[in-house]
Amino acid sequence: MVQFNLPANSKVEKGKYYKDNTGSKNIRKVNVYRWDPSKNENPRLDTYEVDMDNCSSKVLDVLNKIKNEIDPSVAYRRSCAHGVCGSCAMNMNGKNGLACTKAHSELDGDIDIYPLPHLKVLKDLIGDLSTLYKQYESVEPWLKTSKVNHKENIQTKDDRAKLDGLYECIMCACCSTSCPSYWWNGEKYLGPAVLLQAYRWIIDSRDEDRKERLKKVADELKLYRCHTILNCTNACPKGLNPAKAIAEIKKMLATA
Amino acid sequence: MSSYKIIDHEYDVVVLGAGGSGLRAAVGLSEAGLKTACVSKVFPTRSHTSAAQGGISAALGNMGEDDWRWHMYDTVKGADWLGDQDSIEYLCKEAPAAVLELEQYGVPFSRTEEGKIYQRPFGGMTKNYGNETVQRTCAAADRTGHAILHTLYGQALKHNTEFFIEYFALDLIMKDGACKGIIAWNLNDGTIHRFRSHTTIIATGGYGKVYYSATSAHTCTGDGNAMALRAGLPLQDMEFVQFHPTGIYGHGTLISEGVRGEGGYLVNSKGERFMERYAPKAKDLASRDVVSRSIAVEINEGRGIGKEQDHVHLHIDHLDPKVIDERLPGISEASKLFANVDVTKEPIPVVPTVHYNMGGIPTNYKAEVLTVNGSEKTVPGLMAIGEAACVSVHGANRLGSNSLIDLVVFGRAAAKRAAELIKPGMKHDEIDKSETDRCLDRFDKLRNSEGSNPTSELRLSMQKTMQSKCAVFRSEKTLKEGVDEIRKPYEGMDSLSVKDKSLIFNTDLVETLEFDNLIRQAITTMDSAYHRKESRGAHAREDFPKRDDENFMQHTLSWCTGSKTKINYRPVHRSTLTNDVQYFPPQERVY
Repeated sequence: MVQFNLPANSKVEKGKYYKDNTGSKNIRKVNVYRWDPSKNENPRLDTYEVDMDNCSSKVLDVLNKIKNEIDPSVAYRRSCAHGVCGSCAMNMNGKNGLACTKAHSELDGDIDIYPLPHLKVLKDLIGDLSTLYKQYESVEPWLKTSKVNHKENIQTKDDRAKLDGLYECIMCACCSTSCPSYWWNGEKYLGPAVLLQAYRWIIDSRDEDRKERLKKVADELKLYRCHTILNCTNACPKGLNPAKAIAEIKKMLATA
Repeated sequence: MSSYKIIDHEYDVVVLGAGGSGLRAAVGLSEAGLKTACVSKVFPTRSHTSAAQGGISAALGNMGEDDWRWHMYDTVKGADWLGDQDSIEYLCKEAPAAVLELEQYGVPFSRTEEGKIYQRPFGGMTKNYGNETVQRTCAAADRTGHAILHTLYGQALKHNTEFFIEYFALDLIMKDGACKGIIAWNLNDGTIHRFRSHTTIIATGGYGKVYYSATSAHTCTGDGNAMALRAGLPLQDMEFVQFHPTGIYGHGTLISEGVRGEGGYLVNSKGERFMERYAPKAKDLASRDVVSRSIAVEINEGRGIGKEQDHVHLHIDHLDPKVIDERLPGISEASKLFANVDVTKEPIPVVPTVHYNMGGIPTNYKAEVLTVNGSEKTVPGLMAIGEAACVSVHGANRLGSNSLIDLVVFGRAAAKRAAELIKPGMKHDEIDKSETDRCLDRFDKLRNSEGSNPTSELRLSMQKTMQSKCAVFRSEKTLKEGVDEIRKPYEGMDSLSVKDKSLIFNTDLVETLEFDNLIRQAITTMDSAYHRKESRGAHAREDFPKRDDENFMQHTLSWCTGSKTKINYRPVHRSTLTNDVQYFPPQERVY
């Protein structure tokens, strides 16, 4: 077997331990990945004892409780708190998801919180999504039509229904960062999130650029690095199916 | 003060905020060939526009006869006659074109059998000047805001708008009463950026987070409003805070008015459809302030549901599951997640929850910011749009689905006006160093706070005070207490504690800066509410239960320096923009 050695500075060390000071009988240990770019230190795992008797139901509530009551320096993204903005995507007990919709009761044992896998970490739980955003731009996510008549495009209910399961994507990146192919080839493979978005425009009956769009993604690296591992569909916190969208693109190309 | 690395930029226009209004403005500006920067503290699609559910109003007439004048009347009445009718005329007349434009951008609207944009009934939206319900609210299932926001971001990419993402704006740069740009902190690398611009457009949204329970996102902190206050400009009508009738009990998640639009209804603990008593005609589709007050009365009079009798039920279990699946999938998901309710079988527990700020930065219908200095005048170089602005089209109470249309109509108007005022390549003014120093002094002082009060504690104290003293019903007593109490968290900043001193993604400091922004708005809200001794729209005074047109057909203006406010008034515009429609004089407001 090949032995992999992590660079010394990326080894996650044991961090600080924050003991409960509320006297609660219902304590849960929460381990949080910490890394501060302004300090020349290795990442570490801090442990917080959290009083679960006074904590709402979601993992985000646990993090907010830590930030508000124990350690204000923990950094994570968050906004809407009900699963529509996609800010608080992270890895919880080994699975990607949105902290605001994930119930901590669904996690066994200690709660382990890490940033989304395989992203450059900017600080603590905040990952660098700039590559994914550039890839999103590359699929030209806007309607292409030659009509400029200031009248609405007519679209049948059936054609509109083809967008269901696609337009709801909140670009949280849970899927792409759970995909081994994206881990290895993230610079070149577009990944499930972006391919789902690409398909959203390919399949829109109002769009006149379907052929060109298909041609653009029909690439060994951009598209065919999908090896139907299906981690993406398993990871999507909105219940969407990026693997199916990718399969549909492949099918359209195969039958074109 | 330690020294900060400052990076300078020059743009024709800087748009501050990348939600629906900011993006729509940015698209228009880029189209007009103006060099445009869009600065946002979150990635554009994370903006709170994404949370808007029910739809966007426009008299398209896809689902029966409609007329923009009827839409205008409904909006005037919804606003309880505090709206400026010239601006409302502009909004309603421009609305259909603005929605068709969104459709052409690619918004995945739900469709009618003929393939046109689907429209649903919404609170306060009527036919023929209040006669019967009309279907005017254009919807993409119950994810309309999400669909619009993502589409507008795509359009901005198409037009090569330059984005500065995860930059936290600190202050406006002012010179002789004109705005010359902004200063922002780049969270990604800790650098400070000075943007010089001919026009700055504030599109920073509302400040719902001054309250404890709100449908608003964590990031809804009204940063632009606070920047205006610090620049010596007034905010308008801050006492008008909309409580959405149906936030999920205990969690605050929004349950769209579209639910009632599709046939949902409210019941109390006796199983009564109580809205029939308060609004015999419109019932559950009366405007939001009316429904929220009705729920509050039911609860206050002991007909609330649950152990504490502190909420009511919203039923849609009588609807065809297919309709729920097609038109209300998002609220089914939210109800399951946050109330553990299967909406096809059980009612949703709901309670009025802070949702929207009618107040904000005063502007005219061209989005130019107004101030009063002796007489009313515009502030050169400064515009405001979206929830941050008070145009005022929503007056004392906004109608559901009038917010999304406000974003795109006035986003577009701002871009148009800027294109009239700015010629590409115009030279930038020199700016005095003192403006930058003043801004960075505050930043540095907050960053290096070594006191004993954590930001989270001060914020909680502010939120609890607002929640208890400035709620659905208000009185001289609660407001007087509120005016005193709300200053305590402000004073608490004298001994503030900020633990993280770093500059890259220092979210401890971000939240402190946000709190500094919030508390100024909390103070102006409380003081404005105290001084308005009448009941109008969302501002319900138990001690002054009637509307007082003689004394209060006026917009409140509030300036705030430190914790001191100055309150003044400007008259509501009592004329329309054109002769296409007649002024609607005040009437009794019944639904």
